[in-house]
Amino acid sequence: MTPAERRRALAGGVFSLAGILLFVGLAVFALLTFAGASSSSMSALADPYTLRILRFTLLQALLSTLLSVALAMPVALALARQRRFFGRIWIIRLMAVPMGLPVLIGALGLLAIWGRRGIVNDTLAWLGLQEPIHIYGLAGILLAHVFFNLPLACRLMLIGLERIPAEYWLVSGNLGMPGLSVFRFIEWPALRRLVPGIAGLIFMLCATSFTLVLILGGGPAATTLEVAIYQSLRFDFAPQRAVSLALMQIVVTAGILGFLTLFPAPEDRGIAAGKPVRRLDGRKIAARLWDVTVLSLAVLFLGLPLAAVALAGARADLPKLLGETIFWRAALTSLSIALGAGLLSVSLAMAITQAREAIAAKRNPARIARLFSATLGGTSSLVLLVPPVVLATGWFLLLLPGGDTSMLAPVLVLGINTLMSLPFVIRIVAPAMAAHRIRTARLSASLGLAGWTRLRLIDWPGLKKPLLMALSFAMALSLGDLGAVALFGADGLTTLPWLLYSRLGSYRTTDADGLALLLGLICLGLTIAGTAGLKIPEERDER
Amino acid sequence: MSGDVKTGENGAGIALDGVRLRLGTQDFDFDMALPAGKIIAVTGPSGSGKTTLLNLLAGFETPDRGRVLLAGQDVTALHPSERPVSLVFQDNNLFSHLDLFTNIGLGISPRFALSSADRDRISAALARVGLAGFEKRLPPSLSGGERQRAAFARALVRNRPVLLLDEPFAALDPSLRQSMAALLQALHDDTGNTVLLVTHDPAEVRRLADHALFVSQGRIALSAPVDAFLAHRNIPEVLDFLGS
Repeated sequence: MTPAERRRALAGGVFSLAGILLFVGLAVFALLTFAGASSSSMSALADPYTLRILRFTLLQALLSTLLSVALAMPVALALARQRRFFGRIWIIRLMAVPMGLPVLIGALGLLAIWGRRGIVNDTLAWLGLQEPIHIYGLAGILLAHVFFNLPLACRLMLIGLERIPAEYWLVSGNLGMPGLSVFRFIEWPALRRLVPGIAGLIFMLCATSFTLVLILGGGPAATTLEVAIYQSLRFDFAPQRAVSLALMQIVVTAGILGFLTLFPAPEDRGIAAGKPVRRLDGRKIAARLWDVTVLSLAVLFLGLPLAAVALAGARADLPKLLGETIFWRAALTSLSIALGAGLLSVSLAMAITQAREAIAAKRNPARIARLFSATLGGTSSLVLLVPPVVLATGWFLLLLPGGDTSMLAPVLVLGINTLMSLPFVIRIVAPAMAAHRIRTARLSASLGLAGWTRLRLIDWPGLKKPLLMALSFAMALSLGDLGAVALFGADGLTTLPWLLYSRLGSYRTTDADGLALLLGLICLGLTIAGTAGLKIPEERDER
Repeated sequence: MSGDVKTGENGAGIALDGVRLRLGTQDFDFDMALPAGKIIAVTGPSGSGKTTLLNLLAGFETPDRGRVLLAGQDVTALHPSERPVSLVFQDNNLFSHLDLFTNIGLGISPRFALSSADRDRISAALARVGLAGFEKRLPPSLSGGERQRAAFARALVRNRPVLLLDEPFAALDPSLRQSMAALLQALHDDTGNTVLLVTHDPAEVRRLADHALFVSQGRIALSAPVDAFLAHRNIPEVLDFLGS
């Protein structure tokens, strides 16, 4: 880097960090100073109502995590063991779908399968069983959290299993190690190192889950902190309680983040097929039967709700929906916010990464520079510390005296969506930029390439794919967000998820089905566009 | 050493009888009979089929046609663990998160159910390869040469009449290769096993082999006692390999 470039990178980092700190800091400040927050909030922290909600939040997160991890393990083991069969790559792709899928759509799909009049209960009733499954309440929340997090856990575990040296399988085959020995001496040691990180991540996601609990939770008995905050503000208008719940949520996320730092973060660098792997243990009949069963169940569990959404959506009156101005207004609002939030998020991630690289490139950075770099590195955690609904609550309270929030609402939703996606975007952008720099920096410098020329000829072609992928991911996340919009929504601001949610609330379920399909198609289109150039390396022929 | 069995004389010969195999677009066609109780070098250019030959013998690959014979027994349909072979690869022979005792113990019992006699055998095998007292060491704390010695120790406790080695010394520096070759020779002299050694190094052929193969384009281009192999002048590829 030239001195000018370094200065620019540092300035960008300072600017980004200041913006993020201001946006988060003001919200937290509002929470802390809200009319007499100090005394009454502290006492509210201990009242039975909040404690019950806290207990339920942690309980459902714990159970969701245990179920997701425990059920993902056999699926990942089966995928790792069966190397070549028709559709393997599609199962791996299916595992990626819930990550980009708006939560609301997943919830609708789950209702269609497991709901009161869903396929499962119909079948059970037909079999003469009296007690159908009740999806509303803890069972539904767990089901939905497993639906969204099992694939995540499975992908991360599969990455770990694929990293096992190919020779291990030849050695175990030659030694004749039975399945139990293979698990005990090869598979489990590989997974053991990953499980705490994966479990921590999922626990974090489940403890701050909003939309699923809002839709599938069953009244006050099955409510999490996030949803309770929302209900306090929107329905009971009890800002005092919202504040204490929000502070409690921050304490909880801080605790989880602290716990997470103890373990290596799970790596999600795509599933690459390196050396061909020969799994003789997968050729035994018993192993095949088991794997086929496990994989079929997993595909049904993940695929049926998605298929149900597509089917129900196709049955809806799509031309009528597409003819409504409200749909187009909501779509335009959603896409503008998503595009704005996506671009801002990617820019912030790039600025932060560049500033950190500029500091790392100096041989002896000053202490203040090292501190600054560390702070930049902690931005992701800072953002995770204050979940979207808490952030929204802070800003809601801040703007409360002003009365009308409708003017600022889109800006705030955009800001919240930006921060919401930032940790994920950084995880895509930072390693890509680091790899790009290692590949090109010295050559570019020796050729004297700089400024616009380097951007056009070197940086953009090299970074295009990861940046587009990060953008599409951030946009999909924003498009599916209900938390921030729910607080500021109402008449002034209607996004697609909000429109979908309100149609669901007014029992216009066919409309909701149609909207879910449309929203799902938009997100799918974005994901395909974002990952178009990215080739998933297919299994190479074994030699 | 317990369990030393002289298998050389009673014929752990290796034969591929009209073996045909198609992998992707490449055809393999192996027909050979090799002497028992000898060290046999397998040479040939990359991608010629050396590793496929080894995989056929170890049971990781099954032929489309033909028979695989080890020690006079037809093993074509047998699972790798049922074949009378031990394996040593270039790398990753040991499970890196398990100590040497466990790694070698799995060679005796794949369920890791060991008697006290088995435990003594493990320690004796480690001592035999020059790693006495290394039972509790983890593979990453060892040098590359020490890791290969431990792999030899596992082959020793397994006590199978055929030992297959896929470029076992390729990752080691030249000075170390000589001492490892000496160890391999000594173990071979102890047990009288049949050793099949894939190698890229003509010096290794001269130093160790009694017999040598040259594999080219999925076929055995030359199979001869080592003196005849080294003196061979008709195949240009072999001359290239020998560097003469």
